[in-house]
Amino acid sequence: MLEIKNINVRLGGFRLKNISLELEPGDYLTVLGLSGAGKTVLLEVLAGLVKPEAGEIFLDGKDISHQSIQKRPFGLVYQDMALFPHMPVRKNIAYALKGKGLSGKEQQEKALELARLTQVEHLLDRHPGTLSGGEAQRVALARTLASDPEVLLLDEPLASLDVKLRQELRELLKKINQSGKTIIHVTHDPMEAATLSKKIAIIEKGELIQWGKPEEVFRNPVSEFVARFSGIKNIFLCEFDKSSEKNGLYHGLTKKNIIISCLDEPGKENAHLMIPGEDIIVSEGKLETSAINQYEGIINEIYFLNHGVELIIDAGEIFSVVVSKRSVEKLGLAPGKEVWLSFKASAVKIL
Amino acid sequence: MLKDWRTQLVIIFFSGFILLFIVAPIAGLLLRTSPAEYAATIQDSEVTSSIGLTLLASMGATLIFGILSVPLAYLLARRDFPFKGLINGIIDLPVVIPHSAAGIALLGVISRGTWVGQAGEAAGISFVGGVAGIVVAMAFVSLPFAINAARDGFAAVPEKLEKAALNLGASPQRVFFSISLPLAKRSVISGLVMMWARGLSEFGAVIIIAYHPMITPILIWERFTSFGLSYARPVAAIFILVCLAIFITMRVLSGKRYHVRN
Repeated sequence: MLEIKNINVRLGGFRLKNISLELEPGDYLTVLGLSGAGKTVLLEVLAGLVKPEAGEIFLDGKDISHQSIQKRPFGLVYQDMALFPHMPVRKNIAYALKGKGLSGKEQQEKALELARLTQVEHLLDRHPGTLSGGEAQRVALARTLASDPEVLLLDEPLASLDVKLRQELRELLKKINQSGKTIIHVTHDPMEAATLSKKIAIIEKGELIQWGKPEEVFRNPVSEFVARFSGIKNIFLCEFDKSSEKNGLYHGLTKKNIIISCLDEPGKENAHLMIPGEDIIVSEGKLETSAINQYEGIINEIYFLNHGVELIIDAGEIFSVVVSKRSVEKLGLAPGKEVWLSFKASAVKIL
Repeated sequence: MLKDWRTQLVIIFFSGFILLFIVAPIAGLLLRTSPAEYAATIQDSEVTSSIGLTLLASMGATLIFGILSVPLAYLLARRDFPFKGLINGIIDLPVVIPHSAAGIALLGVISRGTWVGQAGEAAGISFVGGVAGIVVAMAFVSLPFAINAARDGFAAVPEKLEKAALNLGASPQRVFFSISLPLAKRSVISGLVMMWARGLSEFGAVIIIAYHPMITPILIWERFTSFGLSYARPVAAIFILVCLAIFITMRVLSGKRYHVRN
């Protein structure tokens, strides 16, 4: 089990503040954040390359905060791979195997085994400068796996790859994780996080804003930043006054003057309300349902996604609604069509 | 801007003038020396032993002092510490002070009256009027070339590669010898070649410390002042050819540059 407790780092004007996380063996944690949020610094702290001002790191109950870089069981794969340019792929992969009591033949065999796992066995005699981005990324992964780390630290491993290579490497990372290796993966892509992770941590300006299982984080974002960063749409800043509460409901006025009703008390005059796109019902006419929030609107755009169809509807405010392809056909949904939107007050979340 | 033909003409003229300024005197010297003069000079034992001494003394200075300076160059490239700027300035001092003055300064440290001189004498090494003195004088004036080139070479090695090697379990020593030094090799060797070449041409500091045994620059000067230009020129021509041959060979052998993926 990996426990990160109150890690604080100061690097020039940048600060990483009170980062605390806990991971079980075999976990796959994705650290999400914008560029410059401190994601890479967190990886470097774990790897021992950056010394924190304060904080502790425990691995299986053992304090490894002051362990030297070489002895830490963390393998870091840099975003730009950092392959040794003067060594062929074979030597790059075998670099970590030297001094581990293996014979030359055993080192070669192990390097070949890892090259097979990462599908780079045909590149063993090539130099890094001649490799494509995807090939180099796989070699970097094989090289780090050779050090047999307990925790694999990946800094934006999919960032420079095209869609096909990204998918292939994603499968490989899943395979490595399924073999029991704990992975901490840094990215700014919420989709990447959603498809790979068992846990997600979101960092903003050096602070850990929220962490947990992906469905928990994406379903219950604690702030507007987390919500927007997670790709969640339908976030509206609403104004509430003293007369907002009526019959156990709170009614907020958006900037474009539509009223959204919610069950939870907003707690402040201006609060962000969020409505998950899948909780919004689209109909041809006004429905007689328990849904308090009902608006007439017009479909602006339609996007066909892997898992459904996204409708962009102007109902005073712009709503994003995800429906099935069958619904699109059944209701004849198309740009320009007038529709009704409805959602329950209980579906509205306050950020 | 460079596409304008007038600009191109000016650039070509200036560049040609500068190159001619370097090449013309050397080419003139080599061409004015007749084959007979070359043949006679090559057979002159005073000349050949002087060239041998100069090459070896400079090589010795480079191997001893140049290699000793590699750790300092690495330190200057990789670490920040108080007075680093001052240290960088001190390293460049031998370049800016007159070399005869450098010779006088060195004499104050290695002459027979000093403890260094006495320690040398006790070990059978004579600095003043000896090969050891020539080596020290050559090293003093040429060290900045080796240190500066090596420092720039180490600074150009991405620190991330060293960090990656440490993360893979390598000791700092292994990281230095397997990553930093091989990647900075070209600059380090280039600096050593420059140091060696600068040592070969040293005159001012050496003549103060050791007139004899006579290195080639002093021999050329002596022949010029005693017998005139026609006696000095063939020695200068042979010395230039030898230096050029070795210099070009070492530059070619100093290895290829690696493309660092980034």
